[in-house]
Amino acid sequence: MTDILKPRDANEVEEAIRWALNADKALELLGQGTKRAIGRPSQTDLTLDLSGLSGVTLYEPAELVLSARAGTSLAEIEALLAENNQALAFEPMDYGPLFGGEAGGGSIGGAIATNLSGPRRVKAGAARDHFLGVTAVTGRGESIKSGGRVVKNVTGYDMCKLLAGSWGTLAAMTDITIKVLPKSETEATVVVLGLEDRQACAAMAAAMGSACDVSGAAHLPDHVASFFDGLPKPESSTALRLEGVEPSVAHRKETLAALMKPFGPVALLDEKDSAELWRCIRTVKPFAVEGARERPLWRISTAPARGHELLELLTPAAQMFYDWAGGLVWVAMPFANEPDAASIRGAVKKLGGHATLVRAPASIRAAVDVFEPQTPALAGLSKRVKEGFDPKGVLNSGRMWAGV
Amino acid sequence: MAAIVTLRKQPGNLTMSVRMPEPDARVLAKRERIVTALRTIVPGEGVIATEREMKPFESDGLTAYRQTPMVVVLPETTEQVSQVLTYCYGEGIKVVPRGAGTSLSGGALPLADGVLLGMAKFNRIREIDFENRVAVVEPGVTNLAVSNAVAHAGFYYAPDPSSQIACTIGGNVAENSGGVHCLKYGMTTNNVLGCELVLITGEVVRLGGKHLDAEGYDLLGVINGSEGLLGVLTEVTVRILQKAETQRAVLVGFPTSEDAGECVSRIIATGIIPGGMEMMDKPAIHAVEEFVHAGYPLNVEALLIVELDGPHAEVDHLIARVEGIAKGCRSTSCRASTSEDERLLFWAGRKAAFPAAGRISPDYYCMDGTIPRAKLPEVLAEMKVMSEKYGLRCANVFHAGDGNLHPLILYDANVPGELDRAERFGSEILRLCVKVGGVLTGEHGVGVEKRDLMPEMFSELDLAAQQRVKCAFDEKNLLNPGKVFPVLHSCAELGRMHISGGKLPFPDIPRF
Repeated sequence: MTDILKPRDANEVEEAIRWALNADKALELLGQGTKRAIGRPSQTDLTLDLSGLSGVTLYEPAELVLSARAGTSLAEIEALLAENNQALAFEPMDYGPLFGGEAGGGSIGGAIATNLSGPRRVKAGAARDHFLGVTAVTGRGESIKSGGRVVKNVTGYDMCKLLAGSWGTLAAMTDITIKVLPKSETEATVVVLGLEDRQACAAMAAAMGSACDVSGAAHLPDHVASFFDGLPKPESSTALRLEGVEPSVAHRKETLAALMKPFGPVALLDEKDSAELWRCIRTVKPFAVEGARERPLWRISTAPARGHELLELLTPAAQMFYDWAGGLVWVAMPFANEPDAASIRGAVKKLGGHATLVRAPASIRAAVDVFEPQTPALAGLSKRVKEGFDPKGVLNSGRMWAGV
Repeated sequence: MAAIVTLRKQPGNLTMSVRMPEPDARVLAKRERIVTALRTIVPGEGVIATEREMKPFESDGLTAYRQTPMVVVLPETTEQVSQVLTYCYGEGIKVVPRGAGTSLSGGALPLADGVLLGMAKFNRIREIDFENRVAVVEPGVTNLAVSNAVAHAGFYYAPDPSSQIACTIGGNVAENSGGVHCLKYGMTTNNVLGCELVLITGEVVRLGGKHLDAEGYDLLGVINGSEGLLGVLTEVTVRILQKAETQRAVLVGFPTSEDAGECVSRIIATGIIPGGMEMMDKPAIHAVEEFVHAGYPLNVEALLIVELDGPHAEVDHLIARVEGIAKGCRSTSCRASTSEDERLLFWAGRKAAFPAAGRISPDYYCMDGTIPRAKLPEVLAEMKVMSEKYGLRCANVFHAGDGNLHPLILYDANVPGELDRAERFGSEILRLCVKVGGVLTGEHGVGVEKRDLMPEMFSELDLAAQQRVKCAFDEKNLLNPGKVFPVLHSCAELGRMHISGGKLPFPDIPRF
């Protein structure tokens, strides 16, 4: 049975969860479903569809704050912000196309619950860093709030951080308040051509360590370069984005180009090409195209200077590219039913960080760990945190780890 | 459940009272045995047990509250921290962690029956990694020492609380410290990538590292600002940044605080996020000008310092824009710094605000609410009324960009009743902050100071949910009890389910 409960407001969310508690039902939380196929396959009785909780409830551009019901679409929020020359600085990536869906989907609740971010993560942070306040219904059927509408707040535990990236396993968020920021007036990208992965990581480290205030650093190796729009040539490209006011971008573009010269030939992208390129990076385009969507896809977060070492540790048939100055590596494995988890886990153990099996058939996701396995002490903590919020396992149970 | 423990106020003989967990007679009775056991874990001078030597630890920056701990332990290794906590956990002994003791909210206030765990000896910088742009440091390293250690390569650590010369990174994480550059560069939580944490059970866990984001629950995000209630830090990995090419500041005077507030709003609305944006009211301007002669205009009601950082081309461009906006907001004076000395002079006044208050008044009480910025004129007006009601002067410094207000209530502890009035004045200010949509504390923490005001902001359910997080880390409630939460519930009590309602499958919820 895949019954859907579609509450219209926060009270109905509370009612629905209380009913589920009494009726011993497990719920799958759903926003717009763009990330539904990520995580361990759920063994739930019903779907709690939160897309009915929609609408921006507060927006004060001069105070850099916006509140919305959790099911409000990101597209609606981004359009409203754009009218005021503002944006979500964490640049949430769009998972839709990776699963064959349309671009531009997703809700603010989903973005927060999965702690989305994009190329600007290296400078501006992830969803967690912009999440100011929340009202949510826990797995105990109790409405709680945390945080507020102000940026600077240390009153009580930062429960927002805990809910960001909890994949709906702790509470169903109903209202969300986020920090918004001015949109950059212009952007440009400096591209270094022809670098090997190792050199590229060194170049990106030099750029990030400069005063150029780089807001995106990605390396697109030869074998995937042709998928990225905006590049001067379909060959290995190391892209460094600069954003800000015109005189500043112009100045930094020159400084950065000079700094990158020793690494290799440098090309400059204007605003339009730059925007196109970073859109492709943010949507992981090489692995979202028809034909690539069968491939198991890993998302690896590691120390940026070590990202390139994955090349030696994984099968040569794996395709990959780097964002976050080398700290975020997207790896597509060659065969549909072989995510090669053992070599990925082994590599991550060596380099530090974590890997998530973002895309694989359900049968695979049921058989191998989707999220990074934790040490016993950490797993114990996670389990106890879950039990505090959701002792009966009503909300998205098992989506991250069995029993959590 | 909680006894009245009377704590003496210094100097003078006034007393303040705050309810703290009742000292455990069973623990106090075996004090000697406990001290001996702790000495076997941390040998030599690492265990302090005489009244005289424990004196420096009896309070933190909130000196109105004092309590001699049962014993002070100063471990040097993670292994020692783990063993001390394992022992305390086994024996049911409370533990209060402490960094440099600069907390302004009593977060490191000792307990009569507790071990005070001083982390000062964890003062080494373990690794500086420019390639990954991180520094791995021990928690007792001071905030400024991190910036100093990386300065030769042009780097710095962004959060800069005003106590940065003394306060430690461990304390910064515990309090999620801010500073004047938060609006652009974030608070501690936005600048910490990883930590090593010892749980009360003695288990050692690592959260994060040199990579970004958590693999599962963002426990590091909860540790930031947890005020020493969840675990003891033994290592912290922080993000370091390359310094901007240049910094310049503009000093703008306004005839009213409304005009100054309007100017702040317009600067942000136009798309400029300054590195720092600070406001002072008239009493604060006069107090600091008399003290440091920064050249502040004295005929204004509000003064704004707007600092811009970045490449010269950007800063000059934005300074011109800010000057234009200021003019449009009826500013009566506007000066942009033309040299680094002048910029530092602009800041000298603001940075001396607290000592300047100390100069014009025997004592002052520093508050720390945050408000939605648009409410500033309303809040300032109400504070004037309160100032008259309580018969105490109040000077205001304000992190204008992010709405964090620091009213300094001036009083004299030797005048009977003034301390009490200052406290009531402070509480009323914080209630007002919450009423207008703000919060009790922006960067100083709840500690013991604002603990009993928590219900102004949170319902019982909200607080219970937070305490269940505490239970996940510390089910016996041994780490820093009596701080943050006004009522201590046992974890067993908090764990029980109370399900009411929800008996019907909601005929009125649409189902498909």
